[in-house]
Parts: sequence; structure tokens; C-alpha cells
Amino acid sequence: MNAVRTFITARRDARAWHWTDVFTYAYLALGIFLMFGPVVWLALSSFKTQAGLVEFPPTFLPLAQVEVPVEGYDEPLPLFRVTMEDGSVRELAQIRRIGIVAQMIDPADPENVMRLPIADREPIREFSLAWKNYIDPLQKFNFVRYLYNSVFVTAAATLITLLINSMAAYGLAIYEFKGRNFVLAFVIGTLMIPITVILVPVYLVVTELGMVNSLWGVIIPGAATPTGVFLLRQYMLTIPRDLIEAARMDKASEWSIYWRIVMPLSLPALAVLAIFSIMWRWNDFLWPLIVLTRSENYTLQIGLNSFQGELNVQWHYVLAMTVVTLLPVTVVFAFLQRFITTGIASTGMK
Amino acid sequence: MTAATTEATLRDRIGSGALALVAVPLRALFSAIDYPMRLVQRVVGVVGMPYLFLIPNLAFFGTFVVIPLFINFGFSVTGGTQLYLEDRPYVGAEQYGYLLDCENVTDVSTCREDRFWRSIYNTITFVFFQVGFLVIFSLVTALVLNRKIRARGFFRSVFFFPVLLSPVVVALIWKWILLRDGLLNAFITWLGGEKILFFISPTWAMFWAIFVSIWAHMGFYTLILLAGLQAIPPDLYEAAEMDGTKPSRVFWRITLPLLWPNMLVVIVLALIKGVQIFDEVFVLTGGGPGTSTLFIVQYIYETGFASQIQNFGLAAAASVLLGAVLLVLTLAQLYAAQRREAKAA
Repeated sequence: MNAVRTFITARRDARAWHWTDVFTYAYLALGIFLMFGPVVWLALSSFKTQAGLVEFPPTFLPLAQVEVPVEGYDEPLPLFRVTMEDGSVRELAQIRRIGIVAQMIDPADPENVMRLPIADREPIREFSLAWKNYIDPLQKFNFVRYLYNSVFVTAAATLITLLINSMAAYGLAIYEFKGRNFVLAFVIGTLMIPITVILVPVYLVVTELGMVNSLWGVIIPGAATPTGVFLLRQYMLTIPRDLIEAARMDKASEWSIYWRIVMPLSLPALAVLAIFSIMWRWNDFLWPLIVLTRSENYTLQIGLNSFQGELNVQWHYVLAMTVVTLLPVTVVFAFLQRFITTGIASTGMK
Repeated sequence: MTAATTEATLRDRIGSGALALVAVPLRALFSAIDYPMRLVQRVVGVVGMPYLFLIPNLAFFGTFVVIPLFINFGFSVTGGTQLYLEDRPYVGAEQYGYLLDCENVTDVSTCREDRFWRSIYNTITFVFFQVGFLVIFSLVTALVLNRKIRARGFFRSVFFFPVLLSPVVVALIWKWILLRDGLLNAFITWLGGEKILFFISPTWAMFWAIFVSIWAHMGFYTLILLAGLQAIPPDLYEAAEMDGTKPSRVFWRITLPLLWPNMLVVIVLALIKGVQIFDEVFVLTGGGPGTSTLFIVQYIYETGFASQIQNFGLAAAASVLLGAVLLVLTLAQLYAAQRREAKAA
């Protein structure tokens, strides 16, 4: 107990509590609430039934009405807690509701039908997860397809990015050659051209190459990231030249120096770029929105957007699929949190 | 060995396991390439190899960045609805003229393309408030995280977590809270207030567009500022404490001046990202109500791709103008980054 108290009241120094200490912990508490709260609310809501979602005010936990099988009825009947006229409280099952009157029976005594005003009854509910929200969209709608497309785009794009960026970085880091500075300036220059400025012409190029409405039209245009080349080159510059010279003495080819020596030594930087690339691709929105117009090619993000843009938004499905979309990123983050934050802090990129 | 280090090594193992999963098939692929590459090296020699390594990446850059950059001008000086440049008639500066044709620039309704001007004014409003509050909150958060607090790593990731979420997810999370029967309105009615229809009111829609984008991106800028704060030599603070300097004076005289290069980077980066705001607001409000959260990138997207008549020329002209603004901001970024590096050296 004592340890807990020291932990909670730990402060900058042993002097009395300063207002800044109070502010610090209040701010951090508010931070947890504001940053995690909405995500937790999303996750809880995604397990509510359709009826539970339209309820106002909403319940905190996903609740579902308890249903009981009753002899003589095919479907299980919903259970209510009813305040009887004499003030006693009974648990009754409802057969049907007619206006403000409900026909109810005691599950133990199915012969005796009672007519009771609906104001006197209250549904009995229990904690229950509506997995249907997750299963239905995967079965009825194209979400498995979207999921597959997203995984494919992310994996293929990341592999291509790692390959061509590391090759370029190797060329720029290891060799002295004519035009190197020009290429470097060129790479840094392209770093500054966001896709939002060249949407129309890139669309033309992608059309000319026949990649409109194909996943390759999403994968290829962003594969040669200047960020990646820059990040990998900076790292490769720190690899001792003696290693490479020694390999050349042993008659290693340039390609095997790249692959056998430089790549394994650059694994930390490659990991950072891989994580970045996975994040970029998984979350990519504007470009896929333009290139992919046929529903079967949608990625999760585009599918989710078109699903929430429908006239009658089926929120129970949208929420569940939103959770599916954020899950991989959250899991990756939970394990590689240190990698990601130090990677961003040291490069200033995301 | 303590529990903390065991956990750390375990996490490292899982991390390297994931890497091995990617590395093994790659290794096979690369070995297969080795033999043809030896032959190539025999032909071009060691001198030619760097070019070979650079070709794939540069080809991608050229095809999808450099050439488009020039084609963009081509689009912006041609008219019609055709995509292929050879089918498009040359119209000179007509597209720019159409965009900029205003009797009175301060009154959007006198402009021929009022949506363009509306989107510009909206973007200016958005950037002004979003960048301002983003920088303030990031700074406060970084200062708080830089104090001697328990579980700093945990709190750092708390604030950073939303950065990783996709814009669509971010927008849907908040849309769900802000709906008419959503959590926030439940809270307001619980307090005794009236339900607010956030997406019907232009002011509220803009407010939430700004709020949500700050929520989503704050962690990133906090991280940059935190790195800057941790680079400030602690002996400066010790000396100030010995002199009995007031904390507010320490902040204004030590922390802020030494953090300034990082602040500059953060401000310019936030400006560059802010001007290009699209994804999360598009999903959250769709630009509405009316055009009250229509921003410049959405204008380009809708003009070029999402309207009945795809007006590529107008979209390209608007994106050239956007590019010009970004160029200025980028030069500012280079300047800021240089100051930051000069400080580090």
C-alpha cells in the first residue's frame, strides 16, 4: 500500500506540492481521458446491438435484453421486470405489445396471459457482446475483400519501397560518382512535393499505364519515398568503409556487398522505414479514393468511407469495421512503440 | 534481472521475430538475383554499379513526381474535359483567370468560382486556429512530459497513439461521439442543456474540424518538441535554480529560446500539413454544412475527380496555386531545419 502511495504522489523533489505538480497530473489524467476515451467508446459501442445504439441516453456497456425460451412459442421471448398493481415485482416474458398494453406471461406458467400497461415494465438486460456486428459485414458485404486489398497494398508497397529505397540509398551512401550531389538534391527536392499538388497529372500517368482501378495504381506511385532514401542513406553512411573494402578484396560482387553486408547492418533503419511505410499505406486515403472507383478494389479506408457516407448509415457495422481497421495499427504500436517514437523524434518525419 | 528488463528483452525478441518473417523470403529472392547481377557488373564495371542501384528509384520518382510536375502546368493551361493532353485545347491563362476572377476579393459571392474562394478563406481560418492551438497544446504537453513524472514512456505513447490512426478512423470515432444522439449530446442533456446539432451549424462544424485534427496530430509535434526539450543541457537549469531564478523567468529565458529552433520546425511543418487538410475533415463533415468546411484540397479533388464534369484544367490550376504556397512554406521549413541543425552542431 505504501508503495502505491509513494508511486502516486511521486514528484519532482521532496519539497511541498507545488501547483505545477497538481497541474501536471491533472493534465496527464485529462490526456488519458481525451486520447483513449473516444477509442474506448468506439470499441464499446461496436459491440452494441442495433437497438442498443439508437438508445438515448446511451448505456456505457453493451447491453442486450435477456430472452427466455417459453413453452409453446417458437422464438425466445424478451424478459421484463414488471411492477404489479399490488406493488410486487415479477419477471415476466412479453408475447407482444399492442399500443400501450403488453401481453405478458410468466415463463414458469405459460398458460396465464396477462395484460399490463407498458409503463410498468422495464427490460431486464445483461452484458452481451454483439459479435454479429463483426461477422455480418464480413459475410454480407465486401469487407473481407477490402481487408485483403488493404493487406495486399500495404505488404506489396512496403516491400517495393524497402527494396528500391535501400538500393538508391546504398548507391548514394557508398559510391563516389559523377552526378551524386545532383541526385541527392533531386531526392531532397522531391521530398517537398506532396501528392496533393500533382493529383491530376499522376492520375493521367496512372491511366496511361493502365493502372486505374487496380491496386497497383495505389501501390506504385508512392513507392519511391524520398523520406526512405534519405533515412536509409543517413544510416548507411555510418557503416565502416573498411568492411566494404574487405569484401571487395574477397571478390564479393557489388550486389552481394549490398545484400550481404550493408542491408543486414541497416536493419534498424529498415525497420523504422518498414513501420512508417506500413502506417502510410494502411492509412492512405486521398490517392486510393481517386484511383479506386470500383467497389471490389476498395481498401478498408475507402470501403469504410463509402459505407459511412450512405444515406442510411448502418452504424453498428461501421463501428465494428472501424475497430477492425484500427486494430492492426494499435497492435503494431503496442509492440513497437519505442521504435516508432524514437524513429520519429530522430528524423522529424511521419 | 528485474521484471522490467525481462519484459524489454521479450519485446525485442518479438520485434526481431517479426523482422525475420520478412527477411527470410527476401533473402532467397536476393540470392537468386545475385548471379545475373554479377554478369551485369562484369559488363558495366564497378563504376557503373551506383547508377544501376539508383535506376529503379529514380525511374519511379521521374514517372510519378517529376514528369507530373510539368504535366500539371500543361493541364492548367488547357481546357475541356478530356484527360489526354493531346485532346485538350490550349486556353492560355484562362483557367487561372476563371479562378481568380473576382469583383471584390473580400466578398466571395462576387467571384465567378466562389467555391474556390470559399475554400481558400476556410483554409486560412482553419490553419490560423489549428496551427495556433496545435503548437500551444504540443508545447504544454511536451513541457509536462519533460517533467520528472512516473511512467513517462506510457504517457508519451498515450498522447502519440492517435497519430497512428487513419484519418477515416479518427473521423468516424468523433462523428460517432458528435452525432445528434451521441455521447457528447447525452452529456449535455445530462448537464441540463439542449442537444446541439454540431454538423448543421457552420461554426460548430469548423470548431470540430479544428479540434479533431489537433487531437489526431498533436502527438507528433509533441514528440519533436520533447526531443528538443531533452536536448537542453540540464546544468543551465541547475545554475538557474542556484541563482533562485523564478520558474516563469527560466521558461522565458532558457527553455523557450533554446527550444525555438524546434518550435520553428513544428510551426512550419504544421502549416504545411494544415494547408493540405483533407482526409479527416472530408469524412467528418464532407465539407459541410454547405461549404463551411470546404478546404482547398477538397476543392481540387471535387473539381477534378468527384463532380459530374471532371474539370481537370481547373483542378490543375488550383493545385499549381496551392503548390506555390507550399513552395514558400517549404523554403521556410528548410530555413527552420537549418537553424535546428546549426543548433545541434
